[in-house]
Amino acid sequence: MEATPIIELRGASKYFGSVIALEDISMGVRAGEVMCLLGDNGAGKSTLIKILSGVHRPDRGTVLVEGEEVDFASPRDAIDRGIATVYQDLAMIPLMGISRNFFLGREPTKGRGPFRRFDVKFADRVTREELDKIGIKVRDTSQPVATLSGGERQSVAIARAIYFGAKVLILDEPTSALGVKQASIVLRYIARAREQGIAVIFISHNVYHAYAIGDRFTVLNHGRSEGTFEKGEISIQELEKLMAGGAELERLEAELQGTGASGPGASTDEAGV
Amino acid sequence: MTQATVSERIRDVGFLRRLLTRPELAAVAGAVLVFVFFAIVAGDRGFLTFGGTMSYLVVAAQLGIVAVPVALLMINGEFDLSVGSMVGAAGIIIAITVTEFGWPLFAGALLACVFALLVGAFNGWVVIKTGLPSFIVTLAMLFALRGLTIGFSRLITGRTQIGGLGAATEGDPLRVIFAGEIAGIPVAVFWWLGLAVLGTYVLQRTVFGNWIFGVGGDKVAARNVGVPVNRVKVILFMCTALSAALLATIQVMDAGSADVLRGQLLELQAIAASVIGGVLLTGGYGSVVGAVFGALIFGMVQQGIFFTGVNTDWFLVFVGAMLLVAVLFNNVIRKRASKG
Repeated sequence: MEATPIIELRGASKYFGSVIALEDISMGVRAGEVMCLLGDNGAGKSTLIKILSGVHRPDRGTVLVEGEEVDFASPRDAIDRGIATVYQDLAMIPLMGISRNFFLGREPTKGRGPFRRFDVKFADRVTREELDKIGIKVRDTSQPVATLSGGERQSVAIARAIYFGAKVLILDEPTSALGVKQASIVLRYIARAREQGIAVIFISHNVYHAYAIGDRFTVLNHGRSEGTFEKGEISIQELEKLMAGGAELERLEAELQGTGASGPGASTDEAGV
Repeated sequence: MTQATVSERIRDVGFLRRLLTRPELAAVAGAVLVFVFFAIVAGDRGFLTFGGTMSYLVVAAQLGIVAVPVALLMINGEFDLSVGSMVGAAGIIIAITVTEFGWPLFAGALLACVFALLVGAFNGWVVIKTGLPSFIVTLAMLFALRGLTIGFSRLITGRTQIGGLGAATEGDPLRVIFAGEIAGIPVAVFWWLGLAVLGTYVLQRTVFGNWIFGVGGDKVAARNVGVPVNRVKVILFMCTALSAALLATIQVMDAGSADVLRGQLLELQAIAASVIGGVLLTGGYGSVVGAVFGALIFGMVQQGIFFTGVNTDWFLVFVGAMLLVAVLFNNVIRKRASKG
């Protein structure tokens, strides 16, 4: 932990009524680093992302950007600090044109005063350039995003974040809905982003995708951290075990074996019948 | 594999096919068809004359003035069923302030506009705060506003129709703006076309227009990229209400009287015009141009049937059938557009 993390959480907790969504989570990511956030469904990954991207405020703990404590009132605040989030299913609006999607919320304008207007030509040109860079060919940048494949949409969303000068890129399950080939394309873009010095938080429940790209791994389970590991410190098997709730599973395994031997469950069934 | 996909994607698709994916195609084609139909059937009975043309343009204009902002609101993913009641309320406000209180016309019209903006803001605020569908919230406003209009009108004047506005506003310069004619064309038509141009410009060429599409397409996604979703919604609810007040001013000046029941069913006609014009009921897709042609179809059918000499009772049957055909047609276009 030599350099100051670009974004950091310290002791963050979030509750929804009586539900503990996150409890005492600390983590950080530095420039040019891919930090993987792993966990099963319901582990608290989404809540964590939403705190980092300004959708939720933590009930306890703090968010720091470049060592400075911040209080995001809205996603806009986070975006303004260079924190871009690419959501799995909400990355793009299907019926909207590609260039309109690309610039949604950050539209380029020309003209002054009441004549200030959306610079459609600029938007189309930049979108076309950015698509060219990642090798996506479209006949018309105003065609609906629905005409792109899942991997292409995800890639365009990442390209958009990078274009807008993201320092931190939060990627929510960018590869989980994709086939192997499409996923590897997305993983390559992530590697390229890292080379450009962007800090990447990669959220996944796919250990193989994460291990291929990650430098460090934080495992979440039931809203709590199972620890943070450098890539050299932990094997893919160990990570997988942690994610599945290793200790818990061992207990379950022992219990089930015990069940099979003594058969209290079976006898109850028989009693029931 | 990847190469094949790429080359498949850059295959050039002709102008015609691009045209076929435009949201307003059905409305434009429909308007041409309806025009040709009545030109043949009622061409020799006055449909094609200047007077005949003006008669359907005025009907279309009155609907279109409201349909333009209603289309924007629907693209944004919301309904406003209270615009019809707003027309009645705004008309009565103008009539009472001018004839009973002796206010100048501009003050009455200004009060009607301010009231409309407040009602629109209230609609938007309730939709945002309660999370209820705007269909229900504005349906409640449809009833409540109409009731308030009838109640107050009777309370203050003892009547539900207020006349005498013609005499009271004699020589008022505002009359020219709202009820005058330019080259024999009623100004309502210019208001309609002006709003259509403005609406198209806002939707297609401004940042706010991009937000309208974004919020209607996916509210959460739009909020996540920093679009002020609530502000966009409230502003659009205010615009629909304001357009109703504008229409009320035009109607009151034109007729010289106000009636508490003015504007009934206008909310549904505006929605129908928008939908015929290719606006998606669930939001996120559509155009102002489409709604303009939707209103034009309404006007041509309503007046065209009159010119054919057929009993105008059949007008609504025609509208119903057309609505269904247009929506089916639009579905095909939209599927085509999203397949590329």
